[in-house]
Amino acid sequence: MEGECRASQARSWGLPAGGAGGDSPGGDAPLPGSISSSSLLQAEVLDLDEDEDDLEVFSKDASLMDMNSFSPLMPTSPLSMINQVKFEDEPDLKDLFITVDEPESHVTTIETFITYRIITKTSRGEFDSSEFEVRRRYQDFLWLKEKLEEAHPTLIIPPLPEKFIVKGMVERFNDDFIETRRKALHKFLNRIADHPTLTFNEDFKIFLTAQASEFSSHKKQGPGLLSRMGQSVRAVALSMRGVKSRPEEFMEMNNFIEIFSQKINLIDKISQRIYKEEREYLDEMKEYGPIHILWSASEEDLADTLKSVASCIDKCCKATEKRMSGFSEALLPVVHEYVLYSEMLMLTEEIGKLEDKVECANNALKADWERWKQNMQNDIKSAFTNMAEENILYYEQCLATWESFLTSQTDLHLEEASEDKL
Amino acid sequence: MEQAAPDPERLWQPAPLEPLSHPDAGLESMVGEETKGARDEGPGDGTMTENNFSLKKIEISVSEAEKRTGRNAMNMQETYTAYLIETRSVEHNDGQSVLTDSLWRRYSEFELLRNYLLVYYPHIVVPPLPEKRAEFVWHKLSADNMDPDFVERRRIGLENFLLRVASHPILCRDKIFYLFLTQEGNWKETVNETGFQLKADSRLKALNATFRVKNPDKRFIELKHYSDELQSVISHLLRVRARVADRLYGVYKVHGNYGRVFSEWSAIEKEMGDGLQSAGHHMDVYASSIDDILEDEEHYADQLKEYLFYAEALRAVCRKHELMQYDLEMAAQDLASKKQQCEELATGTVRTFSLKGMTTKLFGQETPEQREARIKMLEEQIKEGEQQLKSKNLEGREFVRNAWADIERFKEQKNHDLKEALISYAVMQISMCKKAIWDVLKDCAVLFFFCAPSGRKKS
Repeated sequence: MEGECRASQARSWGLPAGGAGGDSPGGDAPLPGSISSSSLLQAEVLDLDEDEDDLEVFSKDASLMDMNSFSPLMPTSPLSMINQVKFEDEPDLKDLFITVDEPESHVTTIETFITYRIITKTSRGEFDSSEFEVRRRYQDFLWLKEKLEEAHPTLIIPPLPEKFIVKGMVERFNDDFIETRRKALHKFLNRIADHPTLTFNEDFKIFLTAQASEFSSHKKQGPGLLSRMGQSVRAVALSMRGVKSRPEEFMEMNNFIEIFSQKINLIDKISQRIYKEEREYLDEMKEYGPIHILWSASEEDLADTLKSVASCIDKCCKATEKRMSGFSEALLPVVHEYVLYSEMLMLTEEIGKLEDKVECANNALKADWERWKQNMQNDIKSAFTNMAEENILYYEQCLATWESFLTSQTDLHLEEASEDKL
Repeated sequence: MEQAAPDPERLWQPAPLEPLSHPDAGLESMVGEETKGARDEGPGDGTMTENNFSLKKIEISVSEAEKRTGRNAMNMQETYTAYLIETRSVEHNDGQSVLTDSLWRRYSEFELLRNYLLVYYPHIVVPPLPEKRAEFVWHKLSADNMDPDFVERRRIGLENFLLRVASHPILCRDKIFYLFLTQEGNWKETVNETGFQLKADSRLKALNATFRVKNPDKRFIELKHYSDELQSVISHLLRVRARVADRLYGVYKVHGNYGRVFSEWSAIEKEMGDGLQSAGHHMDVYASSIDDILEDEEHYADQLKEYLFYAEALRAVCRKHELMQYDLEMAAQDLASKKQQCEELATGTVRTFSLKGMTTKLFGQETPEQREARIKMLEEQIKEGEQQLKSKNLEGREFVRNAWADIERFKEQKNHDLKEALISYAVMQISMCKKAIWDVLKDCAVLFFFCAPSGRKKS
């Protein structure tokens, strides 16, 4: 516990929420409390001092400077403007790369289950090798999560995808379900890898590297009971019973969590609904084009025009499909993960006070909380930027399709007109 | 079969036009005289100038719609909509237009006019009226005839109808049409006085009844098939379009829900607050943009609907031809049987069954005088029949010639109009895409500072 406290102290920074005391541990880059539009467009925002890490990050992305010349007239293409502010992971800082893929079905006499292949690439010294490949099943992920909660009761552990099948599915192992779960598990492991403290957790390392037999014997050690205890410590830290310092911040956090949870759930529902409506729209549109082809069969002069219209509609359908897949790749999983996060954060169990741990726990939790909030904002922003980008791409494609139809018709018209003159 | 053979002159030529006594008189004064004249004369002997109406440029518009209440034929109170029809003549010198007539008509009067035209010009593809009841509606669109959007679209449709009639080379010269535009009171009586309802062939209404024609005209058969196909494909298109509109409406409106949530969320966010607010605003704008988009599309649907109804008019011409052909064949058959009867009576051989023959057999032979009388009657009937057949043949050929001329005209009009409609659909899509891109970019200003690095990107 102590070790973790120190680690999080060294690596945390805080974005002083406007108004709240800027009392976070560690040296913070003095960023402006609240962002106003004018300050963003000024280079000063990007001019960070102290933290070397910050400088490294921003100096690499010189294109951000272009925001100075932003004007509504859009001389550059819309997509490129959005791309300039898209977040890219900085490969230089990461030293642990994890992928989750290749779901495989296993049948035994007792049960059927799915395992996922996990590939880890790392340059860290504490790892025996630079590449690892293991297979894990959902149960193993659950084990890992419990161990992390047990070991770090004050930290926000990333959520796992739902254990049970969501309503509406008949088969347990339906392809969409497996794919969605795989993506979420991938996210889960990467979140842990990106967390300043969790990334060094021993169970995590074993999860990523141990072969089957070594792993199962390791799992048998150590009680899982502590996870319940761990949760209660966290719950205490969250509910703030009996802690002397800074009640206001924690009330604020609670308040935030409650409203955030409400909002993210709504956004999740809305997003799912949009996807459903778009799917139904696409189904109807697919029928629309062919009717024009049918019509063209009865016509002579109009046949070509009708066929062109049909082809335009089909192209737009394809563009819609592309946009929808982008939506389901980028937005839906992100929003859903935060729904799960918020469910977890809402947990408040009144179990008891463990005051001796609380002081250190408060700081660690607060730091982790700030980090979590930061990530959340970035992720949400990214997700909606992606959505905007997909939308622009979609409309640009449709625009091009119909414009070329129009030119072909006017060309034809001029052709016919000149023919008539002859 | 039951009607008196319509006067060929009445049918195949429009109400004849004769020059007025003052050929140089301006339009306004002519109008005045016309209204007076119309009351005294029936349309058959109309005295309308040939010149002024079709050659001088006139502009017709249905400029307003008004809700009215009145008492109907059964003295019950009813609400209906009246439409203001304004006619202007354009002075060729300066291009300015002068209002010459303005009156109010309701939909049922338009129907009356059209029914009259259908009877008097059966070889013409008569322009259709806008739909009587709202069809192909999707959930947001009201099926109520009094709904203001429906009334507005109907107003445009009625104007379009009048313009179509006025620009038709034959229909535009019709007196009743002229009076429709100029004589408010008594117009209904005038139309009814033409007796057109009596002349109407009720068989035309019985669309399902088949009349077996032995020698059908191939061109008309093909045309009938075409009109069926056109009707079927446009109906299908309109149905699917309505469903697509419904779905698209749903997609846009659900986006609007984001707006509210983002606004509420922005209240608790300090860093992201402004960004969320603007993103929310963007979603609201997006969600409300669908209303205009779909309204424009409704006009496109109306253009298609016009040709859906034109298909019916086309079929009516084919039907009329079919009936004429049938009557011709029946008349020829009748003539042939009479000739045969005559021959049998003359030669004494009985090959065909006749009631007279039977009764003669049952009740005794007829006298030679009686037989002579019958032969004479038959010969008269045969002569008459031959005349009728001749004129029917002539009618038939005239009909085919005139009808085919109008059908060619119609085909060109249809190809031109539908192509324009499809192009206008493309134009609508283009403007919708441009607007959507512009809206996102406008709010990109928002997205930029929404997405600007507000700290570390990741830990």
